[in-house]
Order: sequence, then C-alpha cells, then structure tokens
Amino acid sequence: MCLSVPGKVISLDGSCAKVQIGEITCEVCIKLVEEVEIGDYILIHAGFAIEKLSQEKADEILKLLNEIFCMGYS
Amino acid sequence: MDPEISIGHGSGGAMTRDLIEGLFQSSFNNDILDRLSDSAVININNSSLAFTTDSYVIDPVFFPGGNIGKLAICGTVNDLAVSGSVPAYITCGFIIEEGFSISQLKEIIQSMANEARVAGVKIVAGDTKVVNRGKCDKIFINTSGIGLLKNRDISISTAGRISPGDKILINGPIGDHAIAILKARGDLGIELDIESDCASLNDLISQVMVYQGDIIFMRDATRGGLATVLVELAEMTGSVIEISEPDIPVRESVKSVCELLGFDPLYLANEGKVVMVVSQQKCDLILETLRSHKLGKESRVIGEIASMNKGEVILKTIIGGKRQINMLASDQLPRIC
Amino acid sequence: MRFAGQLRSKDIATSIIERICEINDGNYVLMEVCGSHTMAIHRFGIPSMLPSSIRLISGPGCPVCVTSSGFIENAVTLARNPGNIITTFGDLLRVPGKSMTLERCRGNGSDIRVVKSPLEALEIAAVNKRKKVIFLGIGFETTTPSAAITIQEADARKVDNFFLLSAHKVMQPALRALVTDGIKFEGLIAPGHVSAITGSSIYMFLAEDFNLACVISGFEPVDILLSIYMLIKQINDGKPRVEIQYSRAVKPEGNSQARAAIEQVFMQVDDWWRGLGVIRNSGLALREEYKSFDARDHFELAPEENNEPAGCLCGSIMKGLKSPPECPYFGKECRPQDPVGACMVSQEGACQAFYRYNRKHDQIRTGK
Repeated sequence: MCLSVPGKVISLDGSCAKVQIGEITCEVCIKLVEEVEIGDYILIHAGFAIEKLSQEKADEILKLLNEIFCMGYS
Repeated sequence: MDPEISIGHGSGGAMTRDLIEGLFQSSFNNDILDRLSDSAVININNSSLAFTTDSYVIDPVFFPGGNIGKLAICGTVNDLAVSGSVPAYITCGFIIEEGFSISQLKEIIQSMANEARVAGVKIVAGDTKVVNRGKCDKIFINTSGIGLLKNRDISISTAGRISPGDKILINGPIGDHAIAILKARGDLGIELDIESDCASLNDLISQVMVYQGDIIFMRDATRGGLATVLVELAEMTGSVIEISEPDIPVRESVKSVCELLGFDPLYLANEGKVVMVVSQQKCDLILETLRSHKLGKESRVIGEIASMNKGEVILKTIIGGKRQINMLASDQLPRIC
Repeated sequence: MRFAGQLRSKDIATSIIERICEINDGNYVLMEVCGSHTMAIHRFGIPSMLPSSIRLISGPGCPVCVTSSGFIENAVTLARNPGNIITTFGDLLRVPGKSMTLERCRGNGSDIRVVKSPLEALEIAAVNKRKKVIFLGIGFETTTPSAAITIQEADARKVDNFFLLSAHKVMQPALRALVTDGIKFEGLIAPGHVSAITGSSIYMFLAEDFNLACVISGFEPVDILLSIYMLIKQINDGKPRVEIQYSRAVKPEGNSQARAAIEQVFMQVDDWWRGLGVIRNSGLALREEYKSFDARDHFELAPEENNEPAGCLCGSIMKGLKSPPECPYFGKECRPQDPVGACMVSQEGACQAFYRYNRKHDQIRTGK
C-alpha cells in the first residue's frame, strides 16, 4: 500500500530537503525523520521522507547473499 | 454500457475500445472500418490510398518539444506513414475559443507550416470555427490526411503476413511525450529535463520501406502506449507476442518519474515512436537503417512473434519472470498506495 | 546507493529461486498484505518463477480496496457542493461509491483535484480562502504520519478552511481479524514501509499465538525472493518468528518520531473495511484538540457502511480463502473498467492484479 522510493538528499532548507532520484529531483518534508544530512538516502512517500536508509544494513544483505547463497557477488 | 461519457473513454485503453466497438463500429459498420487501422485503406480505380482522421485537444497547447499544431501535423503524417503510404495531403479544421491569443494562433500555424514542409506534405483545405468563451478549451484541431499506397503494402496495417519468428522493433525510448506534458501542466512537482518526442516519422519509415517485403506491420505508439499497440496487434492476428523488459528503451529520468508516481512506462503516450514487425532475415539490416537516421538512433529489437493461435502479449521481466500485458481500462493516475 | 542495482539482478534472483527449490519441501501458502507487494510480485513475474508448491495470496493490504463505498459517497456529497474543493490521492478517483466514482463526479462539474501529498492539499486551501478544502486521507501507518504533520501545520498556520475526511487505518487490528477467523496460510510477507514506521513488534502475536512465519520484506524483486526463502526456512524449521529482511529501511523499534506524530493527532476508532466489515480500533479519527479540522465534525455526513453485491467474494479473497477466478463476477461483470467489488477497484487489489497479469496464463508457471 505504500509506494515509496529511495532518494539522496542533496540540499536542506529548514524542514524541507531537495532529493535526487536518478536524474530527477524533488522536494520533501523531513519532519518525520531525525537528523537528516546531505548525502543521506531517505525513503520518499506522499511528499515526505519517512525513514533513512542504512548503507551498513544494505551491505549486510550482500554479505547474506554471499554466505547463504554462495553467489560471490560484491 | 455507461450512460454517460467519462474521461476514460478518451484514454485509448479498454474503455475507448468498448466505446468504439459498441457504438461507432456497430453503427457505421463496413469492411474498411472494421479493420480499425490507424488509416483506412481505400481503393479507387485500382489505386490504393491511405485515408485518416484525427483530432487534437491537448492541454497545455504549448509544451516542451512542440505545440498542438506541430502535434496535429506529425500525428496525421505518422498515421499515414505507418500504413506504408507516402503522406501527401492534409486538411485542418480549427475550433477556436473566443479570446484565444492571435499571436499564439500565429505561432501554432507557423509550426504546422514548418512541420508540413519537413514532412513533405501539403495542407490543401481547412475550416475555422470560433465558439463562445468557455465552449471549448482554447483550441481544438481536427485533421484528415491522404497518403499514396502501393497495393503490395496494403497488408502492413493489418499485419496480414505476420508469422512466428518475426521481430519487433521500436525506434527509441518510450514515455517522453506523456511525462513532458505532465511537466508542462505543472502537475509533476518534480524537476527534470524532458521534451516531447513529437516528430514526423515518414522520412525514417521511407528509409526502411526499401525492405518492403520484410516490413510486416507498423503502428505508432500514441495514447495507450507501446503496450496497447502490442495487445491490439496480438488480438488482431491471434499471435503470441513475447517482449523483453531489459530491451525496451526508457530514459532514466522517465523511469525515475514512473517509480515515484507508480506509472508503467509501457502505457505512456508517445508522439514520435513507431512499432515495427519485421522479418527475422532482414531484422539486422532494418535496425541498422533505423539507427542511421536521427529519429532512430536508439532503435532496439524488443521482442518477437513467438507463435500463433492465441492472441496475447507476454513480457519477460528484468529478473527473468514472465507476466501478461493487457490493455488498461483508462489513463494511469499517480498513486501513493 | 551501493547495491541498489543488484536488487533487480536476474542472476541473483535466479540463484535465490534455485535455493528456494532446494529447500522446497511440501506445499506453502504465503500471504502478503501490502498493495505495493501485490504490484511488485506481479510486475516482476515472481509467480512464474516459483515452484508450483508455493502459492502467493493477497490479503487486505490495499487501503484503496478496503475503503468503504460509504466513504466515497460522503466524498461525492461534499464534492457536489460548489463551495468545496475535494483533494485526493489518485488512487481513490475510480473507486465506486454507492452512486458514482469521484472521477464521474468531477466529470459532472465538481472541483476534485488529484494531489501527491497532503501538503499540496493544504496549499490549495491556503490559496483558496473562500472555499472549503477537504483532503481524503487514506493509507496505513506509512501514510498517516504525513497527514498528522499536515494537520499540525494547518493548525500552526491557522488554515481554517482545511479539513480531513479520514479513512486512515491501523495494520495490527486488521491482521488480528484476518487470523481469528481461521487461517489458510503459513507465512506472512509483512509490509516493509508500514513496518518502517511501526517496527516489528506488531507482528509478534502472529508468530507466538498463531505459529505464523513472518518476514518483513522490501519491495525490490530480490527483497521479495529473499523473504520467501526466509519464510520457507522458518516453516520447514518449525520455528515461526518475526524476521526483518528489509533491514536497510526497517529497525525493530520502527520510526518513533513518525509514530509520535500519529499519536499526537489521531485516536483509534472502530472502522468499516470494505470486504471485511467493522474491525474494532482499526481506524483513525482526529483527536479533540484537532476536531476543527475534522470533516465529519464540520459537515453533515452519512454513516459509512459498505454493502457488496450478493455473491461478490472479495471478503473471502482478501482473507486468502478464495482466489479471484472463483468469484462469479470476475472477468465478466467485474473488470478493471467497471469494478463490482473492492478487490477489482485498485491496481493493487487481488482481483485487478490477477486480471492484469495472470488472467489467461496459468501455463506460464515454470512448474518446477
């Protein structure tokens, strides 16, 4: 029920952030997420950032794929 | 059937089809119309002509990449060209709202004249009506067009010679026009560089018509998008069409807008894209010819006719799965769910 | 983001499928309760890649589908007043009310505008001071925080011509209603973005009290396939629990800031779910201090019951007890262009997704 896409924060302006998704940019409200910084990846839904994405956790999935599935991806 | 017309009836999807088949075709009813091609093929004294009509009601009237006038000429030229004919003559009827700017009208007319010159067609008759303010939305344009068709090319609009192994090509990325219009309406709330792909395709098509016997079918992918062309082709011919998602060209910016708003680019409108079915033997040559033209640089093979006797379109997805492509009922709407 | 491209990798997807086939040991029925999962599963052709012993079914996770026809009818009533502007997400525009859809209502001359954010609706109110602007609030915990912040913003800026007609819903009571009637599935593909807000605790009762395997899943194809693998493992091991596959977005404790926003602005109330009936404490209404923005308080509206036509199987389909082709209306009187029941209304409804992606081709399954 929740179409939400990741985007990269490229500038901040009070409670708004400009976010880059591929080659497009849009503005979102960041009142729902703590301590947003430029360079952070956030999930965008209905004009708001709803959560920050963790690169560390994304890397863990990669590790899981390597270990459990022996895929040798890097 | 609905008791009233709704905006979905104009979307080019299943509702449009229901209206045409249920109301227009059942009343007008003749063997030429029943083929429901972009252009009618008519025969007069052993010469064949392609004959088409279209109406343009686009809002906004001016958009990145063109305006309603350029669109009218390109759209009509393309309907004729994809039937395999050489577009020759166009008529234009204008319905203009009281209060519309003369300088804007001039700009539209000049675009039409320019595009007609580029396409090598003559605008030979016209009509003008003005209606009271509020009785139409700025300006509507209706066109009709005639193209000269060789008898041997008549089967192109109905894919009469289609067979398994035939390849499906498109001349470039899909969805540009639809997204450019949304941006021009101020509906997007997104910053991106995008222009309509609005263009006359007859010169591009004439380059590949040297392979005349190997051009099986052509249609321009306008409202309803690439998916609608393929579904209509599959149903018309009873063929199973297989297309490959990784091979379908979509600009990165269009992809991102689609992800954000929940659109499927397969159904987005284009105004400068032709879908071709060509023989397997000449596919590579035709592709090379398309790519050597400025309107075909990003041409791709996107699929093939897999078999006959069914009438469906199967998409092989980016991860190797399969799903069926059907007509949408109506226009896509931005969604959050 | 590093790794983003691999989430749609054919090679990775194929490898996960191979591992799923290796541990495939019986019949499995897995339910997802998120419209975006329904869409993603069908969009990427996942059912065609799985062994036929693994069946994926769609539960009541599409907030559009479960919005009662009475709610739409109230929206239509409000829209007919020329002093009002209705603002809505595009998702609701074609949902049938008792008399008509909002799209038809707009065609009849009402001012109904599609927005992509409740903040857009608030701006419309701010520039149209002589009109009353009503925003139709739908969605689960992913979307509700944005409505909450918007109400607080309206309050701070004193935009007193802005109103919310809330159909916001809460996930956990719906899950409870789903399982107390008897369960026909072994594993839950839990909604990743709802969980980003709620955290993982709302699913604990499913594992502990009902032995349901639960994996909180992302929406890319590799996410979903990994989640299916994790669920099969849990079921095989006989150790149902709640796992987070979507760990890059979901923390066990969720997003407390977003939950606080919901808590400040909304309170739980009983609510109608199209296809499921009334579920206690499953809806959200504005708290007393924000009542001046509540459309139900300000306008005279009818109670929002919902009546499905006799024979419509939406309720059973949403609980995973029946599949779309078993419904007598499916594909005949009930199609996307003229939907009869809730499940056909939205692209993410079980019936429309099935209609669009699967209707004619059961033979596409790989049949491993």
